[in-house]
Amino acid sequence: MRALVWHGKEDIRYDTVTDPEIEEPRDAIVKVTSCAICGSDLHLFHNFIPAMLPGDIMGHEMMGEVVEVGHGVNGKLKKGDRIVVPFTIICGECDQCKSGNFSLCERSNRKKELGDTAYGHAAAGLFGYTHLTGGYPGGQAEYVRVPFADATHIKVPEGIPDEQLLFLGDIFPTGWQAAMNCDIQPTDTVAVWGCGPVGQMAIRSAILLGAKQVVAIDCLSERLGMAEAGGAIPLNFEEESVIDRLNELTDGKGPEKCIDAVGLESHITMYQPDTVLDRAKQMFMLENDRPHALREMIYVCRPGGTISIAGVYSGLSDNIPLGQLMNKAVTIRTGQTHVNRWTDDLLRRIEEGQIDPSFVITHTVALADGPEMYKTFADKQDSCIKVVMRP
Amino acid sequence: MSIFSKIKRSKGDPKILRSGPSSLSSGDRLAKRLGWLGIGLGVAQLVAAGSITRALGMEGREGLVRAYGARELATGMLSLSTEKSLGLWGRVAGDGLDIATLAGELDRYNPKRANVAGALALVLGVSVLDLVAALATTARHRRSQGKQVSYRDRSGFPHGVKAARDAGNRAPAARSRPEPSRPVAFPAG
Ligand SMILES: NC(=O)c1ccc[n+]([C@@H]2O[C@H](COP(=O)([O-])OP(=O)(O)OC[C@H]3O[C@@H](n4cnc5c(N)ncnc54)[C@H](O)[C@@H]3O)[C@@H](O)[C@H]2O)c1
Ligand SMILES: [Zn+2]
Ligand SMILES: [Zn+2]
Repeated sequence: MRALVWHGKEDIRYDTVTDPEIEEPRDAIVKVTSCAICGSDLHLFHNFIPAMLPGDIMGHEMMGEVVEVGHGVNGKLKKGDRIVVPFTIICGECDQCKSGNFSLCERSNRKKELGDTAYGHAAAGLFGYTHLTGGYPGGQAEYVRVPFADATHIKVPEGIPDEQLLFLGDIFPTGWQAAMNCDIQPTDTVAVWGCGPVGQMAIRSAILLGAKQVVAIDCLSERLGMAEAGGAIPLNFEEESVIDRLNELTDGKGPEKCIDAVGLESHITMYQPDTVLDRAKQMFMLENDRPHALREMIYVCRPGGTISIAGVYSGLSDNIPLGQLMNKAVTIRTGQTHVNRWTDDLLRRIEEGQIDPSFVITHTVALADGPEMYKTFADKQDSCIKVVMRP
Repeated sequence: MSIFSKIKRSKGDPKILRSGPSSLSSGDRLAKRLGWLGIGLGVAQLVAAGSITRALGMEGREGLVRAYGARELATGMLSLSTEKSLGLWGRVAGDGLDIATLAGELDRYNPKRANVAGALALVLGVSVLDLVAALATTARHRRSQGKQVSYRDRSGFPHGVKAARDAGNRAPAARSRPEPSRPVAFPAG
């Protein structure tokens, strides 16, 4: 089959590889009809997440048709079913799965020892991601093997196009969880850093959850425009001071809820000298992340407020102002998304026409164009916000 | 570190049969080679400054050679990074310095004039490659490449933003959850 394969930093190739096969009784093979490139893939593309191997198949946002199931799948899934694959692999039976903490599944990370060493305790297995999370081959491919398939799936009805459903596997629940973790009240100002696909979904979620006002922060005009269309107040950090504007919008008190949809690759600019220092340290392997947005959030957040981190961080970050954090009694909530915790509700909202997540798609291409689209998306060219590929 | 060296792909995972087109352009690949060249040269200049000055008849200027070595190392690392254009333009500027310095040593009283001329030819050759790579990667990775589109009509709410806001205001259950970290439901399945 054909697949997008990681060969090294900024080197993704459209390769011919062997087809996946059923390995375990609870496996299924899915023929991918649509897949997408995520902001998390960019961290792998830029080689900021450790423990990738040349030859790893990329992709954790995919959907398609079940073409084969193992004998342990037990009728919960059958050949011909149309499913979205959640990016977090779940057994559905461990303590964490039973508590709905699906991204922390205790059994799906097949390289648990590695994860334990790196993170203290391993998190769930993820598709198309580092070997710290199991190194499972991803879904930017014609076929993908889904482990624990009887639990790791979201069944979706016929009659709704792929574009509206695909994002149930990652960015829609990710934006939703980012907002849910804020426990939004009707009087709240929710500030969202980053207007990439995750930020866009977080903005819509905050609106649907009844926030008083939502502020969207970025420096890319096309993304700020899309954020504004979704009901947010745009704030271009290259044109005005984030701190001043947020305080102005909240009677000088700061936003109650802050969402990080930027992650470890904060924009580097001379106007934010900490980002230049972080970048230099990253180069000498003295620091993994560039947490500028997070520092800004901790500073501007209202005392007693909440910071919800959806953006991915990979390891060690320097100069986190713990003094501000502690003295202001700020709550921090984080996590890879517990996808299946939210998808019943979100699928219903799509079916009822409350939201149509396909608004975020700006590029639809063939899988063969994947390598070039990685570059376009990474360099934020061609007004690219979300790439969907059809294998 | 040792945990990373133990990583292996699992047995059943798909294997590459044939490699296809890459996201790396020829300019990106050239940048990589030049980056490694810079790092190699930089290290050589730092650890073997004495041999280099002797070979070029520049005795006494070891400090300068080491400083240039540090520059090669820094711009080399940048050329390998996501900020490769910056690194390559740094290399182009560095080439200018190298050329000026070597040209200054080309006087007829320098017994190692032939070596200097050889080095100069080498630097001139590399500087052409640096310039080509700098121009190519700058053009390829410039953000302004492609169309500028406005997405101001993409609300994502089929019934409009106002309807979405109203729905949000009407739904107290979804608004406030005392323990949002508790599960809503067991997964579909
Ligand atoms: N928690 C999860 O389960 C989960 C799931 C999906 C994605 N993610 C993460 O979410 C993050 C965003 O993903 P995406 O797909 O939207 O990626 P993206 O790269 O398209 O978006 C990031 C946005 O942040 C903006 N930005 C950079 N620096 C900024 C700053 N200082 N202030 C404000 N904005 C800034 C960029 O301009 C860009 O628009 C990534 O880190 C990704 O890995 C997490
Ligand atoms: Zn993702
Ligand atoms: Zn589990």
